[in-house]
Parts: sequence; C-alpha cells; structure tokens
Amino acid sequence: MTAAPETLRRELVGLAGIVERNVYLTKRYFLWDVAFMVWTIANTLTIVFIARAAGLPPPKENQLATALLVGAVIWAFLGIIFEFMTETVAWERWEGTIEYTFMAPLSRSMHLGGMGAYAVLYGLIRATILFFVVAAFIGIHLPDANFAAALALLAIASVSFIGVGMMTSVLPLISPEKGAQLGFVAQGLMLVVSGVYYPVSVMPGWMQAISKISPATYAIRGCRASIIDGAPLLWSNVWPLLVIAVVSIPLGLAIFRRGERYAKKHGKLKRSG
Amino acid sequence: MSIFAAPTSFTSGARRGSPAVEVRDLRKDFLRRDRRNGRLARRRRWPALQGVTFEIARGECVAILGQNGSGKSTLVRLLSTLLIHDGGEARIFGHDAFRESRAIRRLVNRVSVEASFFKKMSAAENLSYAARFYGMTPRQTRDRIPEILERVGFPADRRNEAMEHLSRGMQQKVALARALLTSPVLLLLDEPTTGLDPRSKLEVQEFVREVRAEHDATILLCTHDMAEAEALADRVGILDRGELLFLEPVEDVKRRYGVATLEEAFFAATGRSFEEEHEDDGERGVFA
Repeated sequence: MTAAPETLRRELVGLAGIVERNVYLTKRYFLWDVAFMVWTIANTLTIVFIARAAGLPPPKENQLATALLVGAVIWAFLGIIFEFMTETVAWERWEGTIEYTFMAPLSRSMHLGGMGAYAVLYGLIRATILFFVVAAFIGIHLPDANFAAALALLAIASVSFIGVGMMTSVLPLISPEKGAQLGFVAQGLMLVVSGVYYPVSVMPGWMQAISKISPATYAIRGCRASIIDGAPLLWSNVWPLLVIAVVSIPLGLAIFRRGERYAKKHGKLKRSG
Repeated sequence: MSIFAAPTSFTSGARRGSPAVEVRDLRKDFLRRDRRNGRLARRRRWPALQGVTFEIARGECVAILGQNGSGKSTLVRLLSTLLIHDGGEARIFGHDAFRESRAIRRLVNRVSVEASFFKKMSAAENLSYAARFYGMTPRQTRDRIPEILERVGFPADRRNEAMEHLSRGMQQKVALARALLTSPVLLLLDEPTTGLDPRSKLEVQEFVREVRAEHDATILLCTHDMAEAEALADRVGILDRGELLFLEPVEDVKRRYGVATLEEAFFAATGRSFEEEHEDDGERGVFA
C-alpha cells in the first residue's frame, strides 16, 4: 500500500479507537449515565413547566412549551459536546493516560475528531430521549413538526460545535487547575447570546451582534421553526453554520496545537495541580 | 516462535546506519516557585537536564541511574515527544526528536512507573484502545492481545476484569504488554519495577531480557535500582541533578573509581550516598 492511503487508514483506525474507547466507558458508567439522564429530564421539566404557568390560551401555551423544550434540548446537546471535548484532556489527565495518548502516532485532528464524533452520537441519542420524554410528560402536541429537518440542522451545527469545543478543550492543557471550569463558562456564554429560552431580539444590541457568530443561534432558530411550524431546512440557517464550521475547525485545531506546545514546553501535560 | 512482531512497515521508519539514540548537550529547565518562600514567591528556573550527551547503539540496553529529581523521567519524556527541550538536540534512529515527532512516535513506546490505564476498562479493552492508535484493527488485535497477555504472565481469565481490580504487579504486566503490542524499536522503561513485590520484579526483569533477545529492540532503562541496572544493561550511566556523570559498562565504572559496587561509584563521583537527598531534589522531583 502506498504511503498516503496507508497513513489515512491508520488515522481512521485511530479515530475509530477513540470512539471505541468512549463506548467502553459509557458501558462501564451506564448507571451514572442513567442518573444524569434523570437529572437532565427533571431540569428540563422545571423550564418547560414555565409555559403552563404563563396563563396563555392552549395553542400559545403549546407553542411556548415547545420553544422552551427546543432550547433546553439544544442546551443539553451542546453541553454534552463541550463536556466531551473539554474532558479530552481533563479526563485523561485524571486517569493518568494522557501521556500515552499524546505520544501515540495519531494526528491531533483525528484525536479530537474522534472525541467530537462520539460526543455528537451520544449527544443526539440523549437529546432525542430528552425531547420525547419531556414532550410526552407535559403533553406537547407537535402536529406540524418536521423532525428530519431539525435533525439535519443539528447535525450540520454539530460540526461548528465541535470546532468551538476544540478551542475550549485546550483550556485544561494551559491551566490544569481551572481549565475545565473555564470550558463550562464558555458554554454558558455561548448559550446566553444564542436565544436559548427567548428570542435574540430581546437582548441588548451588542449581545445580538455577538449572537451572529454563535452556531447555537442558528441551530435553535432553525430547530424551533422546523418543530413548531414544520419549516424545511432553511438555507438562511445552513450557510452561517457552514461558514462557522469552516472557520472554527481549523481555528480550534490551531489553538489546541498551540496549547499542546505550551504544555510540552512548560511540563504541564502530566500535571494535575 | 516469538510472539513479538518483527518491526513492521510502520516501525521501519528507522534510518539505516543511524544510532538508536543520539543526544547532544540536551537541556531542559522548568519554571517553579520555591515552595519554601510561600505561594507568592517569584518563579525561578530549575534545571532538570544540564547539557546531557550520550549515544545508544541499535539493540543495546542502557540503564540510567539517578535519585528522585535527577532528571530521568524528564529525559524519557523528551525522547518520547512529551516535552520540548530548551537546548541541544536529540535524534532517534536519525529523526530529530523535536521536529519529526510523528516519525518518532511510530518507533518509540514507553513503560512508566505508574501503569496509567482507564481504570474502569479491562486489560483487553485498554490494549485494544492503545493498539488502534498504532493502526491495528480489531481483526489484528483479536488474537494478538490474548497472546501477548499470556506471554507477560497475565492470567487469561482476568483479561476482561476492570484494571482497578488488578494488583500493581498485574497492572505493570499489562503496561509492558501495551508497550510491546505496537512493536517499538526503542523501548523507554522509566522505573518499570518500582513498587513491585520481589517476585513481580523478577518476572518483569526476565521479560525485559526476553524482549531484548527476541524482539531486537533497543532499551533505555531509567531506574534507581542499581542491582536491576547491573543485571539488565550493557552500559550504566548516572544522572545526578541533571548531569550525566558517565555512561560505561559496569566493570569500567568500577575500575575507573576503584570500587566494588555502583553505590560506591556514585559516592566516589558525587561525594554523596545514593540514598541521601538534598531538599532541592524534592522540588526538582515535581517534574524530573
């Protein structure tokens, strides 16, 4: 086999290895995952019940409950992606395996890509369960929902989310003590400007300007339109996500490589404190 | 038949005619606050390696002895692309360790003092995961993992047990299996037997001998166990506070200092006993 296809084959086997490892870990921590799922459902219910308390006519109440549910589900989905990406470093450092992973002949793009791919897969399964359990519990009616369009948009948005996640996953490399927490701060800031439980238009002008570079803005807007009104996959939501993906993936990788170099220069790869 | 695979196309990136390891004037410093002056103390440079120079021939086993904080682990981390140097150069089979790190990673594997595994995952799962990074498919590892675990003396019926339930000795055997699974041509052993009971220690040492004989690997063994170094290595060096004092066959060392043991040679070279540590050594040990 010539060098380039052989290298590509090895890289893809390595990427599959990252996914395989996460499958093993999910199996081992299954009960913890169930507990986390119950907590997420309870948390989402506390938000969606706000629609019931608003005193609106039933159609309006159903619309508000759906809008809140979409926001909460995307928050949960994004949270999973950020958690997996941030833990790329933090978890391996805790287990003590980080040096073995970083000295393996696998490119960083495949390493982080493998983490992102599993995060999207796992996040989509959780988001689907969360959506339908809460919708059934509250009694939300979705007669016009276009789930295929919503799912397709979420898949496209996932690429951008992974790119942004790559940027935050470098934080534990630079700051072993506080890096993971800073990743959660970044996640919160992204969602605050993206109209997670409210229209972007209610925010101050400067926040609306920032919302334009957040992929969550387009994912939430598009999913709401598809699930409430049955809208198809709209190009006005797709193209900004594609642009953000094209920018965020290489930028995320470049930032991670720079952080890795810093950690290797200052001996922070192994340190836990 | 040996179960250790011959170097594959993957590990055959070693350049012909080059020594296995060439290190010239290698330096590494770390910035540290002096703990004795409190948390607000200014950071200062702690030299972990100070102009280390040596060469290892292909197929040779070399032991570097040193106390805690002497720079052994820093040296191993530099050679395994986990640290970036502050000066000098290091080449592995002709490849620059700091500019051609991808090529180096295909040639090198390492066993460190901590076994370092995903503790909830089993030995077989941890090995599968590690093998994928080196391009080994499930079909390739299906037979090879049980074989290599059996060869290191790991009981077959425990290979699906979570690592957290295994003894330290068992974990270290899995660590050896992980390193050998990828057929490295340079094996870096960083205190592989520290903390093991005497029986496990002997088993690991016997295994290292077999690997060397059958697999034709070059071995750099960093240890503070002088008997282990003497038993396994062709040449022995002493790294003292980041400086390599010598690297010679044991008999030459003894003859040079006119002593009977390596402990005495260390005393003759440094004026300190091997067990005696300066309080600075603890600080250096954070990294080294």
